[in-house]
Amino acid sequence: MTYLLGIFQTIGVHTLLGLSAYLLLLTGQLSLAQVGFFAIGAYVSGILTVIFTWNIFPALAIGAFTAGFFAFLVGFPALRVKGLMLVVATISFSEIVRLFFFNLSWRVNVNGLEVGPDSTQGFREIRYFAANGWEQIHIVGLIWFMVIVVMLALWWLDQVRAGAVLRAVGTDELAAQSSGINLTMVKVAAMTGGGVIAGIGGGLFAHSTTYVDHHTFVILLATFAVSYPIIGGLRSVMGTLLAVIFIQGVIVEGLRFMGDYRNLIFGLLIILVMNLRPQGLLDGHLLEDLKKLLGRLTKGEKADA
Amino acid sequence: MLEVRNLVKHFGGVRAVDGLDFKIKQGEVFGLIGPNGSGKSTTVNLVCGIFPPTDGEIMLGNINLGAIAPHQRVDAGVARTFQNIRLFGDLTVWQNLWVAWRDQPGQEQGWVSNWFGRSTSRRQEIQKLLEFSGLGDKADHLASNLAFGEQRRLELARAMAAKPKIILLDEPAAGMNSAEVKDLCHRVLAMKEMGMTVLLVEHVMELVMNVTDRITVLNFGRPIAQGTPLEIQNNKLVQEAYFGSSENAQGGGN
Repeated sequence: MTYLLGIFQTIGVHTLLGLSAYLLLLTGQLSLAQVGFFAIGAYVSGILTVIFTWNIFPALAIGAFTAGFFAFLVGFPALRVKGLMLVVATISFSEIVRLFFFNLSWRVNVNGLEVGPDSTQGFREIRYFAANGWEQIHIVGLIWFMVIVVMLALWWLDQVRAGAVLRAVGTDELAAQSSGINLTMVKVAAMTGGGVIAGIGGGLFAHSTTYVDHHTFVILLATFAVSYPIIGGLRSVMGTLLAVIFIQGVIVEGLRFMGDYRNLIFGLLIILVMNLRPQGLLDGHLLEDLKKLLGRLTKGEKADA
Repeated sequence: MLEVRNLVKHFGGVRAVDGLDFKIKQGEVFGLIGPNGSGKSTTVNLVCGIFPPTDGEIMLGNINLGAIAPHQRVDAGVARTFQNIRLFGDLTVWQNLWVAWRDQPGQEQGWVSNWFGRSTSRRQEIQKLLEFSGLGDKADHLASNLAFGEQRRLELARAMAAKPKIILLDEPAAGMNSAEVKDLCHRVLAMKEMGMTVLLVEHVMELVMNVTDRITVLNFGRPIAQGTPLEIQNNKLVQEAYFGSSENAQGGGN
């Protein structure tokens, strides 16, 4: 049971990470800064609950807000460049954040215990959940509640004009600009939103594992973050979730007996998806078919009733 | 309406536009023609702000377009189509218009407009524009699934959706067959009847000669003639620029 909940926990956190990259990918921007925002969310909310003994909810909110704020600041200079240059710029940002926390030592005595980030030793004892009687099932529940809230928010974007605007910028920047869209504003807004989502994920991650250090926030994690929406497809938020379940649930956990050979499969998978399903696993055609099927099923139910 | 004064654009040593002046009146269809590479498309791109001019002024009424960002020029009243069709292929026909739509000139919609279900009055207006463009029954099709002629019409509709003061058409008849060109003639004339001002950059003479009120002919970035379609047709310099004179094949531009 604990093992299964652990997998749910990982899938939930990685889904948040993937969704943060998804939002920015809608505007056609490939960013590896998501892991930097994830780290900011993790450390800031951790520091708030551990050193300042805050409640988890305001701590998560401030962590997410801080990550979003940095995403906003980074967005302006970073989004002036595109493609590979954006990748390089965002990698740099993530590394700066990682190395900042690598060097951050802020030890405070709280109730007779020395706590807080301890540079190379990492940030231990983020024990809000255990100290307040949360059981693992509650933690997983909170993570999935946030996943659902974020997925609903992103789904809602496609119901209003914002979704069309983001996708228009992602399809053709020149045409979008010539339709009166402020490209910088749209991209920075997507970056900020992505920062907030990654920040929430980071905060949940830090508290559910009770320990983070700089090894957690390497660029590999950022490549995972962008892989999920790319493999899942950008037509629907469900694509990202499916990709995370597939990669974390099936490949990483299901093939654990293969050890490090799993990494080969991961690489192979990306190549296969890019070739066989360039629009992602859940592409437009499949989505149309699913909608029709769903329509038929609900109609059938009505006929029965 | 649109006034261009001494417009100059150099790309390195290439003088794409080299001292161009013209003035387009309200409600007029103004043609800009010339051989390949004479600076027509560059002029359109300069007016839209895709790149800044080397020199010169572009005024829309009393707004200096050179002083505002490209996306702001749409709200100032300039919309365009592209020589190579540039639609939002992943979006539906309806969404393509929705992105550019203004209820009133210069008023961009909010990002969260159309909360669950589409506002009915706007829906009707967009539908009207779709019918005008002959796309009435295609609202929910993906733009990338449309036929070539339909894509051209959708691009034109998207430009109209922004409620501009002037529409710049960059070779709208490129790749069209003669039936489609005829249809486009009617469409441009209908736009003129609706009171729109149009700058038409075009090679297809059937379209230019049938719809424009006045024409400026460019060669090597400079205007070589200006007048009504009839005057232009009979202009020696223009004929030379297009076909070359018998004595000197390169003579027209120099």
